[in-house]
Amino acid sequence: MKRLKAGWMMLAALCLVLAIGLPCWAADVIKIGVIGPMNFTQGQGHWNGATMAAEEINAKGGVTVGQKKMMIELVKADSNEFISLTDATNAMERLMTQSKVDFVVGGFRTEAVMAMQDIAMDYKKIFIGCGAAHPELCLRVAKDYNKYKYFFRGTPFNSMFLVQTSFIHLGTVGAILKQSLGLPQIKVAVVGEKAVWTEPMIKAAEGTIPKMGMEVAGVWQPSDKATDVTAELSAIQRSGAHIIFTMFSASVGITFARQAGELKVPAVQVGINVEAQKDGFWQATQGMGNYLMTLNTYARGVEYNELTSPFVDTYVKRFNETPTYNADTFSAIKYSLVPAIEKTASLDADKLVAFMENQEHMVPSGKIGYLKDAEGRPLHELKWGPGYLTSLGVQWQDGELKGVWPNKWKATPEAPEVTYKGIVPYKIPPWVIEKYKK
Amino acid sequence: MILDILISGLIGGSVYALLAIGFSLIFGVARIVNIAHTAFYMVAAYAIYFGTHKLGFHPVWCMLASVVMVILFGLIIYKLFIDAIREHEAAVLICTIAIAMAMQEIILLKFTGSFLSVPALIEGFFKVLGVKVFYQQLLTFGLVLLILAALWLLLMKTRLGLAIRSTAQDREVANLMGINESRAAMITMGITVGLAGLAGAVVAPLTILDPFMWMHPLIMMMAVVVLGGLGSLKGSFVGAYMLAFAEALVVFLIPKGAFLKGSVALSVMILVLLIRPEGLFGVAFEEER
Repeated sequence: MKRLKAGWMMLAALCLVLAIGLPCWAADVIKIGVIGPMNFTQGQGHWNGATMAAEEINAKGGVTVGQKKMMIELVKADSNEFISLTDATNAMERLMTQSKVDFVVGGFRTEAVMAMQDIAMDYKKIFIGCGAAHPELCLRVAKDYNKYKYFFRGTPFNSMFLVQTSFIHLGTVGAILKQSLGLPQIKVAVVGEKAVWTEPMIKAAEGTIPKMGMEVAGVWQPSDKATDVTAELSAIQRSGAHIIFTMFSASVGITFARQAGELKVPAVQVGINVEAQKDGFWQATQGMGNYLMTLNTYARGVEYNELTSPFVDTYVKRFNETPTYNADTFSAIKYSLVPAIEKTASLDADKLVAFMENQEHMVPSGKIGYLKDAEGRPLHELKWGPGYLTSLGVQWQDGELKGVWPNKWKATPEAPEVTYKGIVPYKIPPWVIEKYKK
Repeated sequence: MILDILISGLIGGSVYALLAIGFSLIFGVARIVNIAHTAFYMVAAYAIYFGTHKLGFHPVWCMLASVVMVILFGLIIYKLFIDAIREHEAAVLICTIAIAMAMQEIILLKFTGSFLSVPALIEGFFKVLGVKVFYQQLLTFGLVLLILAALWLLLMKTRLGLAIRSTAQDREVANLMGINESRAAMITMGITVGLAGLAGAVVAPLTILDPFMWMHPLIMMMAVVVLGGLGSLKGSFVGAYMLAFAEALVVFLIPKGAFLKGSVALSVMILVLLIRPEGLFGVAFEEER
């Protein structure tokens, strides 16, 4: 009886030791802050991508850091950055001081990311941006390396490359229209929402389109929240434009696509329409956004490399939607941070930066490599082009977002052709064919 | 182009009128500056979305149900939050701001910040002298005119309308004449949030739904009311069309400056106020009311 009693006591002591020891185990975690506007699609993408990465890594036993295994713990931070920049900086501050995260991924609006970047840099924490495209974020790294070296761009490639890619899409569609419809001269209506980011792009369009052998039919700048653009559409139709080159990131992208589709405006839409990158676009336009083409990162069935399909398919299965580029928090954690930690066997930010900035590695959207500026200073800016990141041109075709570019694309006349697996031909809307086909 | 401006101005003006008349009416009758007025408009639009997309009902039933729901919701809000502080105009104003913000946050939580839409009742368009007009726009315009006509009949030809107008003219005298002023205020609240709900219901197929969709109409509605003269229904009606035509003119005549339409409309309001500080049909002194 006494032995039994002693046995129970030993068991209780063991439980006590285990219970006390548990916080030590809990300390063996890598805390990653995921920051973004969590009540919006962008933040949900950030969180979903990061969740998938953490689950996959933890399911395989965690991250090997030297001799020990560490699990990933995500900390969600709602930056609310569409509404309040102060909320964004407070959220980042909380991640640093209260949650004491080791790394941060996410961010969306440039203005917010720049403010959040400063906070993360003050605490010397690696911050991988997964949303903002402004070049200044990375120019800061070159200008003040010691302070900003902890920032890396994770996605998308910077806005200059986004513009360049959009012009390639415009040229591609122009050539298709010329060839298919026998149009001698293509007229382009430039339509950009009134916003800071569209101003240089509109100027670039006015200068570049004539050089591409096309004509600018006019420039229209509706409000980014316009709920009626029939006036603009009437004027565009009167201008005789064959292509509408769009620059939309806000709700006007839905209004414009819906009303243009409903009015059967005889011009195709190409360019950037952020809302059209989302699965919800079809419903939001009540199917009127058919045949619209926009720049995008992922499309179901399109593979950049062998990592794309496992990521996209699992994401679709798990979250019932196609990943947007914000879900590249997955790549930031799984393919950038974790391999760097394992190879350096350290969580030390300086060691990791030194390792990461010289690495090139595959991700589901291509290959990541970092640019240097003209003076050879590290920018932590993503490389663009064949073999690296190119993004896709996607087109809505009868309720499905299909990849249509790159399709036999040559970056230079001597360069090899690029076509990703799953790319389908671009379709001209039937009412445009009806109007112009001779 | 003239026809473009005409159609755009008429439709925009009708919606502003529907919102502004409701706002003006409740201010005139009960001295309630209901900042949450356009938030009720948003709630109706989201209710239609929920009914059509999540529950699968026909849009017409959803529109009717949304208006009834918004009226009930408005009355509950009135009883719970506004009635007790009705005599303190500043407190009511702040309270309704808080109510509007709460509605915005609840919608943000429930529907997220994604942009949504509801289907048009009649799809497609027809051409008038080469100008394409959506059937839905025509339907919206017709419905708005019907609603405004019904409201006019209610106010001018019924005993309830008489009570409401009397209360709007002079609350104390109306009370002395045996009109239950408190009840008139509550009924007016129901009518006005109903008007906001109707505006949301008829506009929902023409617009994009997001949790901040109440803000722009709020600014325009207040501009209309100030332009027309606080508490004046006639003023709200005229002001609504003036600002809507100002917006339409900017969009059609300066395509590159289409984003300036709101600013130009508000500038028109300021110009009118410089000449007539009490608004087009407002009373010059509070004591005259």
